Amino acid sequence: MNNVADSRQPVEDPNRAYVGATTPDVIAPGHTFSTVTDKISSIVLTKRTPLGWYAGFALAGFFAFLLFVSLTYLVFKGVGIWGNNIPVGWAFDITNFVWWIGIGHAGTLISAILLLLKQTWRTSINRFAEAMTLFAVACAGIFPLFHTGRPWLAYWMLPYPNTMSLWPQFRSPLIWDVFAVSTYATVSALFWYVGLIPDLATLRDRSQSRVGRVVYGILAMGWRGSARHWHRYDTAYLLLAGLATPLVVSVHTVVSFDFAVGIVPGWHTTIFPPYFVAGAIYSGFAMVLTLAIPIRAVYRLEDFITMRHLQNMAKVMLVTGLIVAYGYGVEAFISWYSADRFEQYVLLNRLFGPYAGFYALLLLCNVVIPQALWFKRVRTNVPLLFVISLVINVGMWLERFVIIVLSLSRDFLTSSWGRFAPTFWDWSTLFGTIGLFVALLFLFLRFLPMISIFEIRTLLPEAKVSDE
Amino acid sequence: MTATHHGIYGLMAEFDDPASLVAATGRARREGYRCMDAYSPFPIEELHEALGGHHTRLPLVVLIGGLCGCIGGYALEYWSSVIAYPLNIGGKPFHSWPAFIPVTFECTILVAALSAVLGMLALNGLPQPYHPVFNVPRFALASRNRFFLCVEAVDPKFDLERTRQFLETLEPREVTTVAD
Repeated sequence: MNNVADSRQPVEDPNRAYVGATTPDVIAPGHTFSTVTDKISSIVLTKRTPLGWYAGFALAGFFAFLLFVSLTYLVFKGVGIWGNNIPVGWAFDITNFVWWIGIGHAGTLISAILLLLKQTWRTSINRFAEAMTLFAVACAGIFPLFHTGRPWLAYWMLPYPNTMSLWPQFRSPLIWDVFAVSTYATVSALFWYVGLIPDLATLRDRSQSRVGRVVYGILAMGWRGSARHWHRYDTAYLLLAGLATPLVVSVHTVVSFDFAVGIVPGWHTTIFPPYFVAGAIYSGFAMVLTLAIPIRAVYRLEDFITMRHLQNMAKVMLVTGLIVAYGYGVEAFISWYSADRFEQYVLLNRLFGPYAGFYALLLLCNVVIPQALWFKRVRTNVPLLFVISLVINVGMWLERFVIIVLSLSRDFLTSSWGRFAPTFWDWSTLFGTIGLFVALLFLFLRFLPMISIFEIRTLLPEAKVSDE
Repeated sequence: MTATHHGIYGLMAEFDDPASLVAATGRARREGYRCMDAYSPFPIEELHEALGGHHTRLPLVVLIGGLCGCIGGYALEYWSSVIAYPLNIGGKPFHSWPAFIPVTFECTILVAALSAVLGMLALNGLPQPYHPVFNVPRFALASRNRFFLCVEAVDPKFDLERTRQFLETLEPREVTTVAD
């Protein structure tokens, strides 16, 4: 089968009528129920793990181990091993938290919102985008957990009857955050697992090894594809999508409240919720592209993750990137228009202060370079798209750094100004979580179908039931 | 189940494509069979209708779950902030309802989503470690590219010979007896 899917005649795209004849397909032509099943499940069921997998997993595992070492040392010594200090009490840790949570947004957006909008192209990328969400949220959770200094007492943030008769302070955005992030992690996991059940049944039925049959069999819970079951399954999946849609919007809104509810100049602004949500989707899609481009090349999945997917994701990045750029513009305008000298100083500090280079780089990464996506030639150039997605990932990290560290380092009183410099352990924890994220992703690619097989089947022309 | 069908769960017909399965299911239903189920590797809306399926109660379960989460979340905040542990935070009222909305919202979504998943599994009778249809070796293809219709022995109209003859008229790939 030819792997190049672009510029073919669309023969099986349900959206064909309104996307026009030159748009690439969602699936390359010529596939049947059995070929899609075999192609996707063979990646998991093969006995021979590719050597490259071991190499990649070892490299990611090294950084995951670095994370383990960093966190152990942190528990041993305390958060003083990080560069955080008054006035910059939130630094890399919270920057990384917001960055990871933002990355996690694309998964649910792709699975839920695009499902409700009947964007069938989501089908090839939703599974691993959801996995990516879960792993990103896991990485995100590490930072506030260890930032508390005493992670073994983190359960104090949960409302439970205790001998101290203490209860969480529900007027605090930080407690809202606990609820938002834990709900998001739970619902994302549910959504992912429910989507996996029919494919786990496929793996159970196709696995050649006893261990595979037993493990996938337990995970599939006895799924047998009964029409009655499918009916409830579809209902549940749609309802979950409907619930996850407002949830995904709420999570980064609540994260932005962590800042916007405070009075620190540069934080106390009403543009934060929409601008954070757009930024989250922006960085999330950038990360999906960063992962999808190498994965489709390595596993030869160009038939399922076609140019159509890459182009659509590029367009989503362009739109959300413009919303983010508008957010920057509003921030700058309001800081002048507020006539508040502290707010005005925020902009001056960003442009000319000690961290001016970060702000300039942020504008370059998030506003200037992504404008290249206006051009179709850029959107169809896979290596260039990969580079742009990396640039946006960096840019979105810088955005959070600028918001958090710049605002805290110079607030109202000149006498309490300070500087932040990251230590080795700041960097090792950041790269450690990236290692953990990639290592988990490698495990996922090896042991679970990275593309939703049953949903791909529904897109095939032979899935159509003609009227009797 | 009558004594004559002891040890038999039903008869299973295998089809190559979704349209044949939907057509066959519709004909079996018109023939008077009621206790039957159709199996496919992906959801087919028409199939549920052909089986004479009803609306599921799942949305109601989710609504109730969501309401419980909503009321429970707010009640928890009210009780702990006003009754159990009143704290003066920046002079805000103990019952600061606008500040209670985010957590109420998250609790609503959380409980509704849990009800959707657990409700779907419970109504489907999953997890189910054993089911007779898996006794048919070719049923492993039901999760790949084949479509199955199983008329169960508990159906009042079920008769091993006559039902088999009827299923053969639907032009299946093959008809198999399913051991219980």
